[in-house]
Amino acid sequence: MITLGRGLTLFTIVALTISYQIDDIQTTAVAARTVREAAPLILAGLCGLVSERSGIINIGIEGQMLLAAFCGFLGASYAVESMGSTPALLVGVLAAMAVAAVAGLFLAWTSIKLRMDQIIAGTVINIFAIGATSFFFAQGRTMPKVPNWSVPGLDEWPLVGRMLFDHGPFTYLAILVVAIVHVALFHTRWGLRTRAVGEHPSAADTVGVRIFRLRYVNLAIGGALAGLAGMALLQSASVFNRGMTNGKGFIALAVMIIGRWRPGGVLAAAVLFGFFNALQAQLQFKQAFDIPPQFFGMIPFVLTIAVLAAAGLSARPPAAVGQHYETE
Amino acid sequence: MTNDTPLLEARGLTKRFPGVIANDQVDLVLHRGEILGLLGENGAGKSTLVKMLFGIHQPDEGEILLRGERITNDGPGESIARGISMVHQHFQLVPPLTVAENIVLGAEPVRGLRFDKGAANDRVREISERYGLTVEPTDVVEQLPVGLQQRVEILKALYRGAELLILDEPTAVLTPQETDELLAILRDLAATGVGIIFITHKLREVLDVTDRVTVLRRGKSVGTVATAEATSASLAELMVGRSVVLRVDKTAAEPSEPVLTTSELRVRDDRKRELVSGVDLEVRSGEILGIAGVEGNGQRELVEAVTGVRPIHAGHATIVGQRVAHDPRSVRELGVAYIPEDRERDGLVGVYSIADNLVLTSYHTAPFARTGVRQFPAIRQLATKLVERFDVRTPSIETPVSSLSGGNKQKVIVARELSVENQLVVASQPTRGVDVGSIEFIHQQLIDARDKGAAVLLVSAELDEIFALADRIAVIYEGRIVAELDPNTTSREEVGLYMAGGG
Ligand SMILES: Nc1ncnc2c1ncn2[C@@H]1O[C@H](COP(=O)(O)OP(=O)(O)OP(=O)(O)O)[C@@H](O)[C@H]1O
Ligand SMILES: [Mg+2]
Repeated sequence: MITLGRGLTLFTIVALTISYQIDDIQTTAVAARTVREAAPLILAGLCGLVSERSGIINIGIEGQMLLAAFCGFLGASYAVESMGSTPALLVGVLAAMAVAAVAGLFLAWTSIKLRMDQIIAGTVINIFAIGATSFFFAQGRTMPKVPNWSVPGLDEWPLVGRMLFDHGPFTYLAILVVAIVHVALFHTRWGLRTRAVGEHPSAADTVGVRIFRLRYVNLAIGGALAGLAGMALLQSASVFNRGMTNGKGFIALAVMIIGRWRPGGVLAAAVLFGFFNALQAQLQFKQAFDIPPQFFGMIPFVLTIAVLAAAGLSARPPAAVGQHYETE
Repeated sequence: MTNDTPLLEARGLTKRFPGVIANDQVDLVLHRGEILGLLGENGAGKSTLVKMLFGIHQPDEGEILLRGERITNDGPGESIARGISMVHQHFQLVPPLTVAENIVLGAEPVRGLRFDKGAANDRVREISERYGLTVEPTDVVEQLPVGLQQRVEILKALYRGAELLILDEPTAVLTPQETDELLAILRDLAATGVGIIFITHKLREVLDVTDRVTVLRRGKSVGTVATAEATSASLAELMVGRSVVLRVDKTAAEPSEPVLTTSELRVRDDRKRELVSGVDLEVRSGEILGIAGVEGNGQRELVEAVTGVRPIHAGHATIVGQRVAHDPRSVRELGVAYIPEDRERDGLVGVYSIADNLVLTSYHTAPFARTGVRQFPAIRQLATKLVERFDVRTPSIETPVSSLSGGNKQKVIVARELSVENQLVVASQPTRGVDVGSIEFIHQQLIDARDKGAAVLLVSAELDEIFALADRIAVIYEGRIVAELDPNTTSREEVGLYMAGGG
């Protein structure tokens, strides 16, 4: 794994350097956009990871992000009427995290208490999110713009500056959260218990780990991360649009699988998809070829399927994922 | 609380499952420093009883008193806090975690917010040295042989420093030496005042280590006797309700043409280590070849290679003249029956019914399927017949296998594999976890298969079993056959010596 990771990093650096020699402007644009596009995928992928590592499949991420973006937008948009734009944005963040966490708890509850199929429960969240956000959607509201935090001095660097040091807060946050989840999963008691519960719940149960409580906690944490993913979408759009998640919640699941349920893997896979997206956007924008733009729009999805098929061959999910745990 | 208050007392415990009364008004008393044996046939309710004591199952009736005080059942976490630990019949280990992580799970050492891996490894090393149960804390559990996994389970209980220790068939997967070591540890623990409940099917161990024995039969307690006054025969009779032949009669073998031959067979494990290093074997029709060996010396890989489950790295194996390929179904179609050592993983599909498990190897053939459509009446008929003949204790043939008791699961596999005639029977630890009455029965089935002309390859870590069944003994050590012996002229000691790499 380490050698694979190093190889990929090396390859990326070489490819970027060569590409920069050929066309510096476009390379910089694509590189910066890659990182920006990756941020929501990272956060949403980690949402899936935290859920599945504890044994619950979460296919409701798409819905959680959509609800989060909607509530975050409304929260910030109403709050700004009575406060400054930074506190208003914080209100939005809290609203986004809260609503997505509640959706996560709902998923845990349907699975633990109602013993509902987790795929169906996740689908319920997705459908509800589409319905609710369209029904209550009101045209014409605005929210304060999420500021850009460029790092003075560093952002002037060629290529690297725009790529790494010229982003909104949620992009930096996404990368920070990768490190936090990694440490938490592999170096804390919570992480050890999470992995045990996702692999072999009865082993955890028989040593006194409260597996249901842990699953509720993890689904709430995952939800909060999906909430941040929703905010990351607002960071670039600055306004809520119907269906603005546009399948990113599902791509996040692919990101999680290709990342093999590891935070570092999620980061790498999200960057890969971010790159597909950036490339696609750049090709459309440039009108480089005489091909309908919808075709380029399709690229990320086709590649998702291809990469998933390849990765699926060797991926090993947590052993108990999706199963109900019998206490008697 | 006076000094003669029992450590634990259970009164009138009753537990019902759909269709069965697993425990019916069971009483049990355990004193400090005492080792109480719990005996009973497969399905008698031993595991159910101790699961109630440990807080996994809620009793339907009855009460449990710990140190004279009535306790309510609040789950395993509470039980551990009260000083009760349990070694479960089926491993409760998380495969991808390390030995140390598994042992400390639920009671992890932490430093600040971090889980202190170093401290966990040190603690595990310390208790593993104190009790002479050697393990490497940083090994990943899924890569360990079952004997070592059992050791980890025992260390898990010892780590929690219990006052009351429950062990549900801890010796089922241990070698004779490991068993002796464990029994010595139990004696030491009891000497320090720990009360121990010890479940086993091996009467020798009961006579060796316990102070008193409580016997269950079909969910009811049929008596408690002082071990000093008991014998193997009296205990077996109390368990089964009739006298049991502890040794099956068999005539001399009449071997004819070879069925299984291997030549220079080399097999690697999942980590590409060579575990079978050039084995030449021949098993003839009408004989039982017993492979004796300490677990982890390549038996598992050898068996998996000749049954087509694992690829052969070099050399070859042939069954009735056909080269064995890495394809279990084609091997089975040559007329091979296979009783795997790990029944939970390799032999059964837990969520399937008993009936479906019984046709697991034949569901696609007539009369169980016609033109690709399953024929349920035929399946039910077969299942009913086999459940009765092999004495599987179950409420119905539709019961999922996962809810059967351990020994009854084993009987389901044996029934499936030995109910049809075969050219070759490969049996790996066929009576692990099976009660004395059923051991007698399964041994008889293996001998019958031999007498009908099958070649039988028996792998067992039980010397009793090897001596009871084998017509020839081959001892395996570090992937090689180090001796071929005649059971009539060799001794347990000689075999034991070869197993340990001496001789
Ligand atoms: N979870 C369960 N659901 C339904 N029935 C069960 C369950 N657990 C046990 N039983 C039934 O209760 C009875 C007693 O089972 P138990 O596991 O206690 O037997 P045991 O004495 O431990 O046998 P063995 O020696 O084979 O392990 C059996 O008939 C078994 O099928
Ligand atoms: Mg049992």
